[in-house]
Amino acid sequence: MRRKDWQTLGFAALLLLVAALLPLTGDGYLISLGVSIAMYTVLATSWALFSGPTHYISLATAAFFGVGSYVTGSWIEIIPYWALLPIAAVAGGVLAALVGLATLRLSGVYFVIFSLGLAEMIRQVVTWYQNQTGHKGTYVLTDMTDSGIYWQLLGLAGLVYLAGWAIGRSRLGFALRIIGEDEDVARHVGINTALSKVALFVVSGAVAAVVGAIIAPRYVYIEPAIAFAPMLSFQVVIMALLGGTGRLWGPLVGVVPFTLLWEVISASFPNQTTLLLGLSFLVIVYLLPGGFVGLYDRLRARRALRGVPA
Amino acid sequence: MDIIITGLFLGGTYALIAMGLNLQYGVARIMNLANGEMLVVGAFTAFALYSGAAVSPFLTIFIVAPVAYLLNWLIYRIMLRPLVTRAKSRGMLEQDAILTTFGLSFVMVGLMIWVFGGDYFSYSYLARPVVLFGDNYGLNRLSAFIGAVILCTALYIWLNHSRAGMAIRAVAVSPKSARLVGIDVPKLSARAFALGGAVTAVGGAVISTFLTLDASTGVLFTMKALIIVIMGGVGDVRGTIVAALVLGVGETLVASLIDPGLTLATAYALFILILLFRPQGLFGRKSA
Repeated sequence: MRRKDWQTLGFAALLLLVAALLPLTGDGYLISLGVSIAMYTVLATSWALFSGPTHYISLATAAFFGVGSYVTGSWIEIIPYWALLPIAAVAGGVLAALVGLATLRLSGVYFVIFSLGLAEMIRQVVTWYQNQTGHKGTYVLTDMTDSGIYWQLLGLAGLVYLAGWAIGRSRLGFALRIIGEDEDVARHVGINTALSKVALFVVSGAVAAVVGAIIAPRYVYIEPAIAFAPMLSFQVVIMALLGGTGRLWGPLVGVVPFTLLWEVISASFPNQTTLLLGLSFLVIVYLLPGGFVGLYDRLRARRALRGVPA
Repeated sequence: MDIIITGLFLGGTYALIAMGLNLQYGVARIMNLANGEMLVVGAFTAFALYSGAAVSPFLTIFIVAPVAYLLNWLIYRIMLRPLVTRAKSRGMLEQDAILTTFGLSFVMVGLMIWVFGGDYFSYSYLARPVVLFGDNYGLNRLSAFIGAVILCTALYIWLNHSRAGMAIRAVAVSPKSARLVGIDVPKLSARAFALGGAVTAVGGAVISTFLTLDASTGVLFTMKALIIVIMGGVGDVRGTIVAALVLGVGETLVASLIDPGLTLATAYALFILILLFRPQGLFGRKSA
């Protein structure tokens, strides 16, 4: 570790600490907004850990999230809360491993299609199972406050950033970047491409499941249509791409403005959220390829080209 | 027996929709995730014309097809062509195409909700029973099946026995080699994309005679069409038809024997089997 690394780490820790002060304001609306932003930050960053270097667009976030919420929802009465989070992580990880093993050996399109319907499929199966056993939804009753959820999500965000930073410097991260550039080359230099992809997909799936498990108490009542809402997957993809997946902090830059925009639009024009989602996709592809990070890099490159003489 | 026949009827319509997607993906190389919305547009048109002016859905087809053709041609020329030119590799094009067509699909859903509202809509057309092999079936399902069979056959013959069809198949096999024998690949890709959209929209008009739809059901049909195309093999008409029938029968079996809420789960089970055992499609050959 060089000195610069320590500085980055220190700076990040400081930022996290400042963010952790938010609940002290006591403003309910602000805290609930903070929960949303923290949640999307974790989801988008962990999404980008996998999809950034590999360029595989995963739409399975809602599936992992839903599985996580159901872990909390089903067992909160039996198992202590703190044990549920690791269980959710394992459940999400196993699901990701299964999906990854089935689809990541093949071309990217198969993976996208599969992940697109995954949440819907699990929702159908859970609904069916609940109909068989004769109960509709589950109540999640805890004494968890919004602030508590917020702090947990912040802690998780810290972990994700740390993991992302470590992966970026590891052999695995390097292998994934090569896979993203050219998969054939990666295979020729002896990288086990399928295994590397699955490994990172498991990380991202496990994190999304833990987020679901943490958020569950906030819903109070869980039913399949809430837990597996497909919109979540798309929001996460847009936020991550809007910010840019080229850097670890990229998704955060997309999460904050998009969450605020989403709040405004869904409060005043609730029927137009789909339209907003669609337009955002188009804006990203045509105007902002590479997201804000890409824009920033291009501007910096231009300034460097102009050759600052000083 | 009645389950299998109902399933075949459903599969026939699925085949039509999936053929549209297969033309777009197999020839124009665009994974069009807004395909299902094109279907809903076709269905909406049929609904509006039937309830407004009492025009038979099977006549509406002749309006839907050219309009959808033009619309899809414009989409390809204006939105997708620039992506094809800018993409450095097939993978990049795929990623851009997926994001763009997703965007497009959401925009279309958003607009349809805006204009028509989010309600389910259906109309009653030929809702009379017919007796086949001692069981009752809806006449509208039978007529939809016959319509789909006629259109699929026409497409199949056209693709396999006409000069234009041969050029399209050539591009599907290898765009690079197609250029060498003097085929204008960009022009043909645009036409194949437009044709695919028109076929899907017609499929929508046909399916609206017996299914209830709303503005946001498109994505379900996109999923099913994608699964059929992959199961049948990209660019393979014969495979598409067989896969569509398999899916139609499979879904109907599960819906009537286990639970109607599990149709997508059925499609997924089939999809997983295909991915694990025949990722190249039912009739596909392994690529080198």
